Amino acid sequence: MARSTLSGEAAIVGVAAAEVGWETSYSVAEIMALATRRALDEAGLTIRDVDGVFAVTPYFWMSSVTLAEQLGIQPRYTDSTNLGGCSFVSHLGHALGAIATGRCSVAVIAYGSTQRTDGGKLVTGADNLPYEIPYGFQHPISAYALAAQRHMYEFGTTREQLAKVTVTASQWAALNPAALKPEPVTVDDVLKSPLVSDPLRKLDCCLITNGGGAVVVTTRDRAKKLRKKPVSVLGAGESHSHRYGAAMQSYTTTAAVASGRDAYEMAGLGPTDIDVVQIYDAFTINVILGLEDLGFCKKGEGGALVERGIGPGSRLPVNTSGGGLRYCHPGMFGIYLLIEAVQQLRGEAGARQVPEPRHALVHGIGGVLSGHATAILGV
Amino acid sequence: MEEPAMRPRPDTRGAGKRYWDRAHAGTLELPKCLACGKAHWYPRLYCPHCGSDELEWIACSGRGVIHTFTVVRQSGHKFFKGKVPYVLAMIALDEGPLLMSNVIDCDVDDVTVDAPVTVVFEKLGDDVGIPLFKLAGGGK
Repeated sequence: MARSTLSGEAAIVGVAAAEVGWETSYSVAEIMALATRRALDEAGLTIRDVDGVFAVTPYFWMSSVTLAEQLGIQPRYTDSTNLGGCSFVSHLGHALGAIATGRCSVAVIAYGSTQRTDGGKLVTGADNLPYEIPYGFQHPISAYALAAQRHMYEFGTTREQLAKVTVTASQWAALNPAALKPEPVTVDDVLKSPLVSDPLRKLDCCLITNGGGAVVVTTRDRAKKLRKKPVSVLGAGESHSHRYGAAMQSYTTTAAVASGRDAYEMAGLGPTDIDVVQIYDAFTINVILGLEDLGFCKKGEGGALVERGIGPGSRLPVNTSGGGLRYCHPGMFGIYLLIEAVQQLRGEAGARQVPEPRHALVHGIGGVLSGHATAILGV
Repeated sequence: MEEPAMRPRPDTRGAGKRYWDRAHAGTLELPKCLACGKAHWYPRLYCPHCGSDELEWIACSGRGVIHTFTVVRQSGHKFFKGKVPYVLAMIALDEGPLLMSNVIDCDVDDVTVDAPVTVVFEKLGDDVGIPLFKLAGGGK
């Protein structure tokens, strides 16, 4: 496949997490600012260098505007696009376009949340479809449960295979000193955890934590002069197939097919070129759907692929941080998918380091399997 | 004494007004596109399949099968917490579209994907009807 001219025109030069944990004394805007400052420090850049601001958090109506004010930035390019938890991966694609066309030269993409401190309630402006209201649709788990049930029916995906997603996440988390749930989990533990929304049980669901994160992106040329090994943005794609759980036309195939196709095409790469994968695991079924829709196996064979192994030492390492299931999950996890992929590609992932990866695929999922954004990164 | 909690009422404004009205009268009606011939749920101004605004309403048979479902085990909602465990399902109607509803009056363990279901209606006030489904043959 031929690479698009856009491919590699921008690179990630700084990443940082902030306040990932159970308690924090900072405000949401401050957590975004902290993460941004740390990511800039890592790159050897300052707040004054930033002319592109990308952010989204359920706490603010105009997230990039709030972040820019907090940092004292009057940007040339601003973007608060909200596609749910995949937004940051979408923002990376937007930043690539903005940087390649000269609309900005140093972009930050940031997130912050105090969801845990706020009592675990997902602060969200989530609007409900009137046609869901009378039926007790629970945002967001109901949609994922409906998808898991149909996948099990259509393809024979087993409860054990779903459980194996959490088990694998726990194996990665054990190798990540920042993981908030580093203790081992067995298939039996998952299957004995309480049913929340059949077939999903408590241990099929992501954590509820605080946390923020930021990613700094700049031009290919400038990236070469900064402190860290640049991680090129080789491909980006995004799509959405529906907004509401009741409006899904398929419960087994997602718009990851479209976002993945565009990202692969821009990068001139395919699934067999990918060395490490990050897929937004708000629920266990996400990983199975993502592996299938992004071409790592045939439709219906995601469960078997998970069973063959996506953990430490496997041929296809997936969610190497421990993911939203075991590392952290402050409401929107997409920013951490990017941070982890960059750390893996730089060779900075410590005990969980994958051997010399060249290409990473990051796939964010937002809303109720609604928003999808894929990025392919490389060194 | 506290008033019993009511099933939450949808906002009926817009293209779906007729849907709720007819459900109150005991008929399940759906919009069908005259241009592409496909019915859809939920009601919208334009056909979600082809974009046409040439829509008609059709009376449905009220029959379908369960396309997928979940048993909701926990709820903090004042009405639904009294209903757990309850079945939230997508019904594949004989006319084609998938429709969200509850499968009621059954043991949740009797519910399976592909089980045939038929519509029943619950009235909310004097203008809104809520389509609900029962297992055809009443389950076990």
